[in-house]
Amino acid sequence: MRKGKHTYVPEEGIYIIKTISIVGPNEGRGRFSSYYDAVLQDYDWDCKTHEKTEIKMHKYAIEQVIEESALGRSDIDCIVGGDLLNQLVASTFAAREFEIPCLGVYSACASFGEALAISSFLIGKGNMNNVVCCTGSHFGAVERQFRYPLELGTQPAPSSQYTVTAAGSALLSSTYKENVPIIEACTIGKIVDRHICDANNMGAAMAPAAADTIITHLRDMKRGEDYYDYIFTGDLGKYGRETLYYLCKKQGYDLAGCLNDCGALIYSDEQKDMQGGSGAGCLAAVFASYIYKEMCAGNMKKVLLVPTGALLSKGSSLQGESIPGIAHAVAVEMRC
Amino acid sequence: MMEGDEYCKYVSRTAPKTGELKTLLSAFCVGGFICMIGQGFTDLYAYLLPETEESMIGALTSMTMIFIGAAFTGFGIYDKIGSVAGAGSIIPITGFANSIASPAMEFRKEGIIFGLMAKMFVIAGPVIVTGVVSSVIVGAIYRIIAVV
Amino acid sequence: MEWWEYILKYGKVFLVGGAVCLIGQLLINKTKMTSARILVTFLLFGVVLEAVGVFGYIKEWGGAGITIPITGFGSSLAKGAIDGSKISLFHAVTFGLASVSAGLTAAIVFGFLVALIFKSKPKKL
Repeated sequence: MRKGKHTYVPEEGIYIIKTISIVGPNEGRGRFSSYYDAVLQDYDWDCKTHEKTEIKMHKYAIEQVIEESALGRSDIDCIVGGDLLNQLVASTFAAREFEIPCLGVYSACASFGEALAISSFLIGKGNMNNVVCCTGSHFGAVERQFRYPLELGTQPAPSSQYTVTAAGSALLSSTYKENVPIIEACTIGKIVDRHICDANNMGAAMAPAAADTIITHLRDMKRGEDYYDYIFTGDLGKYGRETLYYLCKKQGYDLAGCLNDCGALIYSDEQKDMQGGSGAGCLAAVFASYIYKEMCAGNMKKVLLVPTGALLSKGSSLQGESIPGIAHAVAVEMRC
Repeated sequence: MMEGDEYCKYVSRTAPKTGELKTLLSAFCVGGFICMIGQGFTDLYAYLLPETEESMIGALTSMTMIFIGAAFTGFGIYDKIGSVAGAGSIIPITGFANSIASPAMEFRKEGIIFGLMAKMFVIAGPVIVTGVVSSVIVGAIYRIIAVV
Repeated sequence: MEWWEYILKYGKVFLVGGAVCLIGQLLINKTKMTSARILVTFLLFGVVLEAVGVFGYIKEWGGAGITIPITGFGSSLAKGAIDGSKISLFHAVTFGLASVSAGLTAAIVFGFLVALIFKSKPKKL
């Protein structure tokens, strides 16, 4: 059901019945180390290339989420997957072994939000019953596509972020399950471009899109700034989080109490990650581990996920284009 | 919402800046140190091969430094030095070797011909092109002056 | 040479080499130049210094401090072209590359061998 301008509220309950997270070694040493379902010991995972490793991570996340939810593969109606690689080779190649219908989504690092939103539109009204959402990223595979060879001796800019090696999956179902969060509302974000051209400062490029989506969502739902216990943005990083706070405050929304960023949180304070993590797997893995488990335990009730994406390619920045941002908002709640 | 220009100004004012003094100092020290190693090889070769002309000693020194740069890249040390030293490890000839060896390693996965060999010059290519073109210009100008 | 002459000589090398890299770092900090642009800029810098005849003086004082940086590569290119220009136009345009053939060969061959042996990997945070 449509509410306000760009927000949609599912009429039937959409239950997130299971999530799986798998992360690389650096993330495994990070802040949420005890929450992940699997931590890789090295970046290869017995694969010849990092792209193949990422495919394997997606496959693991999809396979495990189906298995642990006690459903069979034939019960899954669709896989909605996304990643950062050209032509979505990680998520779609991972889905080729499942014989399940598949949709590929791309909103850069906001892909997990797009996957959740699309899945919640697909479920219900006699359409689909069970949908798997899965997004991920691999540092080695992303770095060579968007930046430089790994061994090139360059200095990381202080405003830059470190692409996470992680994948997260969630199984959405229309079948009632006790004590799991539901998807309460989705706001599809607009593409917002404030003419930031510095590819080393993606937080600044994405913050206006996140501010726009959050404010649209709150207005559409007629909610105040203190409605949500937590607002988790995707990968704005430490500086991007500050910028988002500033932008929202200018619009009259003081989010000091609830605003958190998965990218800024994913690594521990001792890790030299500049502004934090980024990538399509960032919010996916943090949601599938920390946020989901804390919600099921009853420590968080109302959470707004706002994955953020910077839409650029290596060619677009060399052609002098600025970096447009996008953010989708998905409200996740525990109903008691 | 702020207009584009105003937001760009806000960002350029507040974005985290490079620690000026620290990066300059580490670039200076690492760059200077690499050059001292180079001088060491020059003196060593001049001592070992006393009859050799100066240009060949220089060429041997370059080759040695390039070997060291490529080897450090292979062992995964050069990018660690680079993340601290910045220009201090980019500008010496070892950095040139790093810029050739690192894409070659990275794109080896796409095969020897279309990966390794084709992508070897993605960073160093512009350097070689600039060098050859500018040397042709310099040579031509000097020739014209010599003839006139 | 006396021991203190060695210290003086290597101190000069350190100073000149460090200064070149310091200028490069200033450019990176101020203009966010990438490594390919930095290498191109300093190569051109070396070509120009050699073409106007200043490079030799700096080399006399700073030794490897100016030849080990990519400026030395540029200087060799220009020096080759200048030497060739004394013979004929053909030599003027081809001697540049010939004079850096040792370095270029080493870079290509060692780069090739390293890529055959080693595999790139992400670093520990």
